[in-house]
Amino acid sequence: MDRIRYTTLSVSAQFYWVLLIALGAVLFIGLLAAHYMEQQGHWVTGMSNQVVWGIPHVFAIFLILAASGALNVASLHSVFKIDSYKPLARLSGLLAIALLTGGLLILVLDLGRPDRLIVAMTTYNFKSIFAWNIFLYTGFVLVTVVYLCLLFQPRMSGLVRTAGLFAFVWRFVLTTGTGSIFGFLVARDAYDAAIMAPLFVAHSLSLGTSVFLLTAIWVFRLMRQPLSGGWLAKLGRLNGVFIAVVLYLIAVQHLTNIYVAQHGDIERFILLEGGLLTVVFWAGQVLLGGLIPMTMFFTGAGGPVWRIVMAAALVALGGFAQLYVIIIGGQVFPLDLFPGMQESSVFFDGVITSYRPSIAELLLGIGGIALAMVVITVAIRVLPFVPLMDMSPDTGKTKR
Amino acid sequence: MNRVRRTFFTQAAAGVAILSLAPGFRLVELAVGKSDDEPVSPSVRWGMLVDTSKCAQGCTACVEACNEEHGLYGFGRAESDAQWIRKMELRDEQTGKTHSLPMLCQHCADPPCVDVCPTGASFVRDDGIVLVDKHICIGCRYCMLACPYKARSFIHEELNNQRPHAPRGKGTVESCTFCVHRVDKDLTPACVEACSAAGHGALIFGDLNDQRDPVAQKLRDLPSTQVRDDLKLNTAVRYYGI
Amino acid sequence: MSSTACSRLIACLILTLFIWLEQAGAQISGNSRAAELEQCVEPTALMRKSHMDFLKHQRDLTVHQGIRTRKHSLLECIACHAEKAANGEFIAINAQGQFCQGCHAAVAVSMDCFQCHAARPEPSAMLTNHISITTADLDSAR
Ligand code: HEC
Ligand code: HEC
Ligand code: HEC
Repeated sequence: MDRIRYTTLSVSAQFYWVLLIALGAVLFIGLLAAHYMEQQGHWVTGMSNQVVWGIPHVFAIFLILAASGALNVASLHSVFKIDSYKPLARLSGLLAIALLTGGLLILVLDLGRPDRLIVAMTTYNFKSIFAWNIFLYTGFVLVTVVYLCLLFQPRMSGLVRTAGLFAFVWRFVLTTGTGSIFGFLVARDAYDAAIMAPLFVAHSLSLGTSVFLLTAIWVFRLMRQPLSGGWLAKLGRLNGVFIAVVLYLIAVQHLTNIYVAQHGDIERFILLEGGLLTVVFWAGQVLLGGLIPMTMFFTGAGGPVWRIVMAAALVALGGFAQLYVIIIGGQVFPLDLFPGMQESSVFFDGVITSYRPSIAELLLGIGGIALAMVVITVAIRVLPFVPLMDMSPDTGKTKR
Repeated sequence: MNRVRRTFFTQAAAGVAILSLAPGFRLVELAVGKSDDEPVSPSVRWGMLVDTSKCAQGCTACVEACNEEHGLYGFGRAESDAQWIRKMELRDEQTGKTHSLPMLCQHCADPPCVDVCPTGASFVRDDGIVLVDKHICIGCRYCMLACPYKARSFIHEELNNQRPHAPRGKGTVESCTFCVHRVDKDLTPACVEACSAAGHGALIFGDLNDQRDPVAQKLRDLPSTQVRDDLKLNTAVRYYGI
Repeated sequence: MSSTACSRLIACLILTLFIWLEQAGAQISGNSRAAELEQCVEPTALMRKSHMDFLKHQRDLTVHQGIRTRKHSLLECIACHAEKAANGEFIAINAQGQFCQGCHAAVAVSMDCFQCHAARPEPSAMLTNHISITTADLDSAR
């Protein structure tokens, strides 16, 4: 097994540069958009004092969750000792770093004062889950870099397990922390629940695996490598399980919330009366992002590749929908300061507010994804990340 | 500066204040007032009682005074314009009884905004006033998500013509400071002053820890409530009459 | 480049800097209260070197502990150093060529203080800010 050979991205230089320039351009436009938001102030976004976190946060948290989930494949090899995933471990680690970098870029550039990033890195309030997350995110990148370095040293296979285990634990803490960003918000009925943390963990598993599938298939296709070896089907079926867990937790989240007397209104809003949000929840999150891809993964994981691509893309779409419902839905719904009273004011008390993302913030979000893709493209071009696959279909063993 | 001079200045200023402003300004405050070089004391906890039975529907004197004091102005965009204090109208769904009251930062003893702030920019001053140190606020707005009262505003645009004693600027979060620059000079917050000038006297401000203080006395005698008392935040703003 | 040439260049640069600062020093002119006084709130040389440290220290004292001494207060720097135009209105202290900006531009320092802090004193605010510093205060402070 230690004879796997890896290669760099073997496409023509022309293709590589066109790809890189195209991605770079998208990234650049995202940076310009952020600069514009910065110069003008946040009034040029759809965010306001009513909806304080918007689309940039949906993108950022999507990428952060996907990042920690993307490490699954590496963990399957180094923690669960499933050797057939070993050839993919490098790609998995790389994806984790790239996605997290993209997510962090968005988070930082959306700050009101990104010029004070140094303050965020040097002054901490250790009671704040947000401050802990800064450590968790930067630490995750470091841990994964170390893990990757070890993977590149064939003699270090003993240490690889330890590092992999460490990264595995770290990513669980990380997604727990990310979920807790919302779970600790006692003020808001939509968030105030311990289930947020496990929900985010499960969500990261399905999102990360899907994004990994998409990326791996894309890279393999680019290099005209066979998608053989059975790992596609196995990962697909595993992802089906992840999606099932997510769906289960979503059901628990909403059902328990309905039984908390105070939280009944927000549940009625999200599940029934929220207009677009309700559609996004049922159609986007539950159906397109949950039930359909789950069925596809369970029934057709061994089938044609396009079905896997399709199912994985649906999961990613559903991930966006889910984060949109959680982040935006939880904010447009008014806070109830005086239960039993009708409230009104010139400051939107008692009314459902609205949120319409502006082009600038969308471009910033897309720019974050572009950064992740730039990192991946450059990395696989200069370093041997991609295994030369020649796997026999059923055993999943790698031949030389 | 020597002590005698300082005392002279403090008292002279307080004297000016008494003459020009505050009916009901008490001499006691002169005695407890701190001098400029003294840090605030944890034995004080500033607080406010809102007597909703005296708060008039449609009256926005407190809001206007606050806007004037801190130079708050809008851009015609209600969703993103800053507000530190707002008037809320309530109607009991069962009985139909109506209430009018100001909503502002409740200056909690255990404020969620302070717990979540990643840099420690949000903090509780020793005398109980919840503030944002805008010098280290990075504008992440997590505190705004955490605040149960929607009391905080983010500055969405570049500002001009700020008042010298109320620095404010794009990209940071802000909220009611209990007029900290006035309180440190033994004055009451602008909204409180405006409310009594308008003849309502619905807002009483003072030291919750000082048993001789009218606020503490009233709170002892009258039934009062904390908004969202289920969260157990121990607010410094209490309401009577709802 | 030889080391002597190098050191000469550095010496030249330092000299230019001093000339700049000298020019900046000459800016205590015009119609500000400082123009009528002889000394800053600390010895002038110390002020030149360390005014940012005083300000940052003061800022923490004021914001976190409510200490509102006037000596190192930014409000007071502006009240004393701001110039008045012919029409009697104050000129913003961060405007082109004015006290803080003029010198900072010369030494290429950029600072964000005046995004939030008013750059000119406001006569009507004097009530809450008490009577401003006088020379007599400074004498007794020394
Ligand atoms: C009471 C009036 C007064 C106040 C208040 C004051 N200054 Fe000054 N400042 C002066 C005077 C007068 C000079 C000129 C001294 C001299 O020429 O030697 C001066 C000089 C300076 C200089 C040196 C200028 C140069 O060109 O060499 C700096 C820097 C300075 N002040 C900064 C500040 C800062 C910062 C503050 C606030 C912390 C402040 N000043 C507050 C009166 C004042
Ligand atoms: C984002 C807005 C913001 C910026 C930028 C800012 N400040 Fe402040 N500053 C404030 C606020 C708010 C206060 C509190 C005012 C009060 O409580 O009276 C304050 C208070 C101060 C004080 C104490 C009050 C006084 O006038 O002495 C000092 C000193 C000060 N700031 C210095 C600075 C300096 C120096 C800078 C630039 C490096 C700066 N500030 C930039 C918002 C800001
Ligand atoms: C004589 C020239 C001079 C004058 C006048 C002057 N400064 Fe400065 N200032 C400097 C220099 C030089 C630095 C940079 C010091 C360094 O980087 O170590 C500086 C730095 C600062 C900084 C720190 C900037 C940062 O963020 O690091 C602040 C704040 C500041 N000045 C405030 C003021 C204010 C307010 C005034 C007007 C009242 C003023 N200065 C007038 C020369 C001057």
